[in-house]
Order: sequence, then structure tokens, then C-alpha cells
Amino acid sequence: MTELENYLFSGIPIRTTLDNSTTVQYAGLLCQLTMKARSTVRDIDPQNDLTFLRIRSKKHEIMVAPDKEYLLIVIQNPCE
Amino acid sequence: MAAAAARDPRAPVARRRRTRTGQGRAGPGRAMEIVHVYTRRRSDFGRPCCFSDRPAEVCVDIQPDPSLAEAFVPRSPVDAPVQHGSDMSEHEVNTERVEVETRGVNHVEGGWPKDINPQELEQTARFRKKVEKEENYINTVVHLGTLMEHCVRQNNAIDIYEEYFGEEEEAELEDESPSAKTINVIRDPNVTKRTATHLSWHPDRCKKLAVAYSSLEFQQKTEDMSLDSYIWDLENPNKPELVLKPSSPLVSLEYNPKDAHVLVGGCYNGQMAYWDTRKGGLPVEVSAVEASHRDPVYGAIWLQSKTGTECFSASTDGQVLWWDIRKLSEPTETLVLDITRQGLLENALGAITLEFEPTMPTKFMVGTEQGIVIACNRKAKTPPEKIAGTYSGHHGPVYALTRNPLYPKIFLTVGDWTARIWSEEAKESSIMWTKYHLSYLTAGCWSTVRPAVFFTTKMDGTLDVWDFLFKQNDPSLSLKICDEPLSSLRLQDNGCIVGCGSKLGTVTLLEISSGLCTLQRNEKNLANAMFERETKREKILEARHREMRLKERTRSEGQDAEAEEILEESPQEALDRAQKEFFEVIEAELQRRARAEAQHLHGKVKKHAEEEAVVQGEESKLPKYEEEDEENVAPKE
Repeated sequence: MTELENYLFSGIPIRTTLDNSTTVQYAGLLCQLTMKARSTVRDIDPQNDLTFLRIRSKKHEIMVAPDKEYLLIVIQNPCE
Repeated sequence: MAAAAARDPRAPVARRRRTRTGQGRAGPGRAMEIVHVYTRRRSDFGRPCCFSDRPAEVCVDIQPDPSLAEAFVPRSPVDAPVQHGSDMSEHEVNTERVEVETRGVNHVEGGWPKDINPQELEQTARFRKKVEKEENYINTVVHLGTLMEHCVRQNNAIDIYEEYFGEEEEAELEDESPSAKTINVIRDPNVTKRTATHLSWHPDRCKKLAVAYSSLEFQQKTEDMSLDSYIWDLENPNKPELVLKPSSPLVSLEYNPKDAHVLVGGCYNGQMAYWDTRKGGLPVEVSAVEASHRDPVYGAIWLQSKTGTECFSASTDGQVLWWDIRKLSEPTETLVLDITRQGLLENALGAITLEFEPTMPTKFMVGTEQGIVIACNRKAKTPPEKIAGTYSGHHGPVYALTRNPLYPKIFLTVGDWTARIWSEEAKESSIMWTKYHLSYLTAGCWSTVRPAVFFTTKMDGTLDVWDFLFKQNDPSLSLKICDEPLSSLRLQDNGCIVGCGSKLGTVTLLEISSGLCTLQRNEKNLANAMFERETKREKILEARHREMRLKERTRSEGQDAEAEEILEESPQEALDRAQKEFFEVIEAELQRRARAEAQHLHGKVKKHAEEEAVVQGEESKLPKYEEEDEENVAPKE
């Protein structure tokens, strides 16, 4: 039960399995969050870099794999 | 000494006197007066002052006298403490309350390169296809994909948030000492503060609280006192969600348990009004003034009915009125709280609280100003029969009256300085009560979860939580909420969160520690046993009292008629009798004293004669007392 999207770092969805409006929302919000997370990690230790970001919420888990230009975002429903 | 020249001519003789000990011409050990005397002729007095400058001249020159130095001994070293403490000052800073408002943000798609219009599907599709063909993209996706797959598989394998030891948590709750935490404070936004007289939680989610504000002090209403009452959303304690605008301040306010949009309120002037929150802040309908109460409506409760529109109200004018909110022009039913069962309004007791339990729709109870709780039956045929029974025991108005949610036969009353627990079966007195406190108790309610826990508030601003199974002498938890008296109390249905309203309109929301709001093992049985035991005790005492009274009655009926008359003397007769007895006692005492003194001074003739005079003097005082008393009695008559 996963949905996946690819984004350009500017927030444009390249490929997605969700509907457009949700994708756009995730795009905008998660891009900024990833930027913030990355800058946090690098502020603390400049040699370090963000490799993966996981956000677990009540309903599902959002996983973000950042790269220099692109972001891969997967939303997974946890198996109970 | 030049100042001495500026004389005050009004002074008869101006003398400058300075006394110094141990110095001066007179020698050591004698207070020396150094005096500078000048004289003027009497005829020179009263002349205008004529000041002039003149060079300084020495008036007195006192030389040091070295011979005095022998009287002193030099001391070395000298201990002289010196302290320097740095100056501290205390400052208080309180930041101003920040007004926070929640707003939403609308997302708009962006981030596309400049030449591409995001609305056009063709352009975006073309861009996407172009990107997909780039080599960089392909490599990145593959790389990220493997990373992601690893994490996804991890998630599929193990759920890290699974509850492994869920059953074992209950054992930890025993040692927790009861505590409570303030979660929110809601203040009256108006400048002149009014008392928060009634609180009502929203029936569904308890996220909203309706508070009725009014000033219950007699004729304290000032010009700028607002009439509004508010519905607050707990997420936003700064600004009320809805402002209710009645024509007269609301004393009580209740949400309809069936329909969360409807509220009924009782006004200070006796009218009833109902609101629909979908329709705004003005009441949808207000009852007619002629048909309403004549005093503030202290209790208004919704009834169980098919239509969900029936409610009833009580007020200190002695009436209980039933209303259908669809037609508020007149009440559907009336009841006069006259316990002599004659239906006279003059004899009626003023009602302060009303109690109704939906599981027992025909019965309800009223707490009165006179300290009596009246149990009524709505379905009785004639109005006098509606009053089923009375319970008296409080010295002052009964401010709160609630049934135990788990044992409906047991109810709690709060009034004067105690809180009392009653059983319906024991009519003569309460089965259990708290000790007499130092301040008046103002409100109380049972916990909805635990049968032996209840809350009370006091005039000194404290909230007490009582656990009657655990300790009956003192509250299990006593919290000082504020300095002003607390006026109202309401518990949420989950039993955890309690709201208390104070005299200055501040509503404090507290979360009680879980020890006091989770049902303990076996608690229901223990509480039941405790209530039963106390009820039985009261019943036994009641039976005993009845026996004793019966005995008294039979005994007094068997006596003589004369004896009966003596017993039934008037107050005047009682006064005369008391007076007579008093003088008899005094005379007996005087005579006894006279005899004792006569014996004591038996040998001395002179004193014997004086003695007689004294005795006669005392005896002559007696008639004076009698005269005085008669003077006092005369105006009374």
C-alpha cells in the first residue's frame, strides 16, 4: 500500500501515482521541509548531509529520499 | 554663632542653649550649659528688623581642657564592623498576552520554469517527458529507489510502534499521588468582571464550553456591565467563539444534550431564552415576562422527551416551571414549592438548584434557599402530591445537588460549610458528611467515572477533590485556584477535565491526575458497600428516634392536666418565674454571707455595729435591683 511521487527540487512533480492536487500539496510542503532538515543537519556538522527523512504520523508514514536535484517521496500505510 | 545676631524680637529673651556632657568650663562629670546671653530693653521690642552685614566675630570660644583627657583611655585596636551590601531591587515583568489567530494558507502550484505555463497540460506533460529522458534523472531515481525500497521493506517487516506490553501498565498507577494540572484559563474579556455563574460543556466532543456570566450581588449592576455570555472554544481562549446577547444577564445556561446547537438560558430577570448557535448570538425566542419567574432563574435543565424541546426551570420565587421551547410565551406546567402542600406562593421555598436524572424521568429534586431538599414526582395527580419528600440538614442555601451517576439513589448536596451525601431512603439526615470548613462551599459535583469521588469548591478559591473510600476527614486533593471565591464547577463527561468559574469571571480548566479519574479494581463494590452500610446506620438511628419520640408522647399524654399547663407557660410567666428564682438565690446568698461574717467578727463590738450597717446596706440594695428590673420590664410590657 504505497504511493510514490518524484519531484524536482523546485517542487514540480514529474511522476506520481496520486491525484494532482494532493501531489502539488505534498510537493510544496515536503520540499521546503527537506530543505530545512538538510540545512539543520549541515548547520550542526558541515561534513554531514541528509540521506533520508521519515515522518510517521497517525495515519501513514511519509518517506523522503533527497538528492541533489530530485526528491523521491513515498507514502506508506503501516502494516498492523 | 553669627546666626545668633539675627534675633527674633518676639521672643522675650533669646537664649541659645547647648548642653554638652563632659566638656566645658564646669569640669568633668557635670552637664555644662554653654549659654550666650544678650539682653535688650523692653521698649526696643516690636521694632522692625533692620538687618545689616557685619564681619564675623567670635561670640564664644571654648578651649579644650587637657585635664579632661585623663578621664579617657585610648583603645587600640578598634573593632568596627563595616558592611557593604550591594543594593538589590526586585522587578517583575509580565509579558502581555499574545493574541493568536489561526488562519489558513492557500497553496498555489509553482516552481515551474518560466517558459512553462502550469495550467496548460500539454506544456507540463512535455516538460515532464523531457525530464524523464535525462540521464541524470534516471540514475538518481534508481539510486533513490534502492534507498527507499530498503526503508519500505523495513516498515513492512517490523512495526516499531507496536504495543508490546500493553497489559502490564495498570500496576504502575497505585503509587501516584493525586495532582491536577491547569490546562487553560479563560478570562472575562469585559472590563467590569462578572461572576461566571454556570458552565456547560458541549455534549459531543467537549471542546466547547458555554459560560453564563452575571453579577449575583444585589443591585450591583453598573452601567457598563455587559449582558453577554460566551461560548468558548478551548483552542482559542482569547476570543469567544460565539457571543450570546440576552436582554438580561444569564444566570444559568445549558446545552441541549440531544442537539448540540441549541442552548437554553435562564436570565437574571426571570425570563427564559433559547439560542440556536447556527442562528447567531441573539436568542431565538424569549419567554414572556408575565409568565416567567419573578427572580433570577437559578436552575434550567433539559428534559428527556421525544421532541427534545422540553426543559424546566426553578427560581428563588418558589416556582418550578416547565417549558416547551417552541412556545416560550407561557409555561406548560407550574409547581409551587410549598412544603405544607397547600400550593401557596407565600409559603414557598426559594429554589437554588435543580436536579434531574434522565434515567428517572418522573422524579426530580430541588435544592432550596432554606437548606431543604425537596424530592418531587412529576407524574403525581394533584399539585400537593407532587412533593414527595423533604430532606433537611443544611443551615444555608443548598448550592449544588447532584445524583451519583453510578448509584442514583445516592445524591450529594453542597451548602453552608459542608458537603453532605444523602440516600433517598434515609429521610431524616444525611448518611455521610464532610467536616465543617472555614469557608462556605459554593458548588459540587460527582465524578462521572469513580463512584466515591466528588469535587467541591469554596469561597476562598480552593477546589477540593474528595475520595470517600480513601479518606473522609480531608479532601484527597486540595488546590488553590485563585484568590477570589469560586462560583461554579462542571466536570466533563470523561471525568478528567473540570472547569471552575470564579467571581471575577475567570474559568480555569484543570486536568485531574489519572489516579482520580480511572476506576480502580473492585471500587464499585466497595463504594456500594460503603453507601449501603451508612444508609443502614441512618435507618437504625431513624427507627430509634421514632421509638423515643413515641415514648415521650405517650408519657406526656399520661400526666396531669396541671403539669401540662405548667409546661405550656407563656413567655411572660417564664420571665416572672425566672426573676423570682433569681432573687431567691441572691437573698439566700446574702444571708449566708451575713451569717458567716457575724460569726467571723463575733468578738469585735465596733465592727459588729458597722457590719450591721453593711448588711442593711446590701439588703437595701435589693429593693433597688427590683426597682430597676421593674423599670426594664415595664417598657417591655
